[in-house]
Amino acid sequence: MREIESIKITEAIRDMCIEANHYLTEDMKKALNDATESEKSPLGRQVLCQLEENLKIAGEDMIPICQDTGMAVIFAEVGQDVHIDGSLTDAINEGVRLGYTEGYLRKSVVRDPLDRVNTGDNTPAVIHYDIVPGDRLRLTLAPKGFGSENMSRVFMLKPADGEEGVKNAILTAVKDAGPNACPPMVVGVGIGGTFEKCALLAKKALTRPLNVPADTEWARAMEEELLERINKSGIGPGGLGGTTTALAVNIETYPTHIAGLPVAVNICCHVNRHSVREL
Amino acid sequence: MDRHIEAPLKKEDIESLHSGDYVYISGTIYVARDAAHKRMNDLLDKGESLPIELTDNIIYYMGPSPARAGRPIGSAGPTTASRMDKYAPRLLDLGLKGMIGKGKRSEAVHEAIKRNGCVYFAAVGGAGAILSKAITSSEVVAYEDLGAEAIRKLEIKDFPCIVIIDKDGNDLYETAIEEYRQE
Repeated sequence: MREIESIKITEAIRDMCIEANHYLTEDMKKALNDATESEKSPLGRQVLCQLEENLKIAGEDMIPICQDTGMAVIFAEVGQDVHIDGSLTDAINEGVRLGYTEGYLRKSVVRDPLDRVNTGDNTPAVIHYDIVPGDRLRLTLAPKGFGSENMSRVFMLKPADGEEGVKNAILTAVKDAGPNACPPMVVGVGIGGTFEKCALLAKKALTRPLNVPADTEWARAMEEELLERINKSGIGPGGLGGTTTALAVNIETYPTHIAGLPVAVNICCHVNRHSVREL
Repeated sequence: MDRHIEAPLKKEDIESLHSGDYVYISGTIYVARDAAHKRMNDLLDKGESLPIELTDNIIYYMGPSPARAGRPIGSAGPTTASRMDKYAPRLLDLGLKGMIGKGKRSEAVHEAIKRNGCVYFAAVGGAGAILSKAITSSEVVAYEDLGAEAIRKLEIKDFPCIVIIDKDGNDLYETAIEEYRQE
C-alpha cells in the first residue's frame, strides 16, 4: 500500500486548473498551426491566425485562453494499492477551488440547475473514478466550456442503423453545432455501452492526443472519413465559411447490448484543454 | 472590407454595414448575458425601467474572467448569442441597435433586426485573451451580485468584429458556408 497525501492531490489539481486554462497541449497547437497553413478561406485564415495569436497572449500575459474557463471535469484513475489520507473527492474539489480563485479563472458553476446561485469558487467538479491495478494515482483534468458542451448529443440508434447510422448521427451533431460550438472543433465520440457509458466515452475521447488514432481498425477508418466529410461542410473557422471545421474526430468504443447502438457526440471547441499528472 | 465605427451606433453606419464586413468598434458598449437578460426582462414585465440606456447602444454577450491587478478585465470573448434570443427582440424594439456574440440567431431575432434596422456582430469565439486587449476600461453598472454575469459598461478601442446579420437580414452564417461546402 502506497500513501498519497491529500494535500499533494489538492496542489496538483490547483496547478492543473491554471495550466490547462492558459496553455494548450503540443498536439492541439500543432493541429491549429497545420489548419492555418491549409485553410482555403481568407477570412478563415484570419480567424485561425487570431486564435494562434490568442494562444500566445494567453501564455505570455497569463490571461485565460477563453473567458469560459469551464466546469472542471476530472478523470481519476486510482491504483488499488494507493491509500489517501482523507477524502479524495474533497482533495480534488479543494484543488479546483484554489485553482479557480488563485488563478483568476471564471467561476461558472451554479449550485442548483434551477435556482442558479453561483457557488463562487467553481466547485463542485465532475469527477469520474476508475479503480486500476497498481500504486499510482493518475489525474486528467479537462475544463469544459459550455458553448460546445451545449451542442453535444446522445443518439440511441438501432442495431439496424449500422455504420451509416452512426456516421449520420455524428455529422448531424456537428452540422447542428455549426458556429455555436466555436469551430474548428474537436469531435469526441463514444459508440456502444449504455446511455451513460457512451457519453463518458465521448468525453474521454476528447482527452486523447489528436495524433493517436482509435484502437479498432473500423473506428480509425471512421475517424479519417468523418474528419474529411466534416471539413467539406463549409462551416469553417468561427463558422464564417472555410475548409477547417474540425481538427480531429476521436472515437472510443465499448461492447453493447444486442438491442442497441448508442452513440454520443461530445463536441469541444478549439480550446480543447486538458492537463495530466501522475502521483 | 475593413471598417472603423463608433459605439453607440450611428444610423448612417448601420445602413452602410453589410453581412461579411470586418469592423473595428471603438467607444462605449454594455455587457450582459443570461442572468442579466432575465432580470431586465422581469423588470420590463413589471413596467419598471432598465438599469442601462438601450437607445443606439450595443450589448456584448460576454462574461469575463476576473481581472489581474493593473488590468481592466480578464479574458473577454463572446458567449453563444442564441441563449439571449428569448429576450433580444424586446430589447431591439426598445431601441437597442447592436449585439455582439457568436453563433446563430432565431427567426424572431432576424425579424426584430430587420424591423428596427439593427446589426448582429460576431467576435471570434475562444479568443478571449486577444479580445481583452481591445478593452480599455470595465465598470460594473448593475447586478454586481451576479459576478461574471453582472452588467458592465466597457470602453473599447478597435474591438474586432464581423457583421453576421445586417439591417436587411442577410446572414453570413448561411451565405459563407455555401461558398465552401463541397458535398
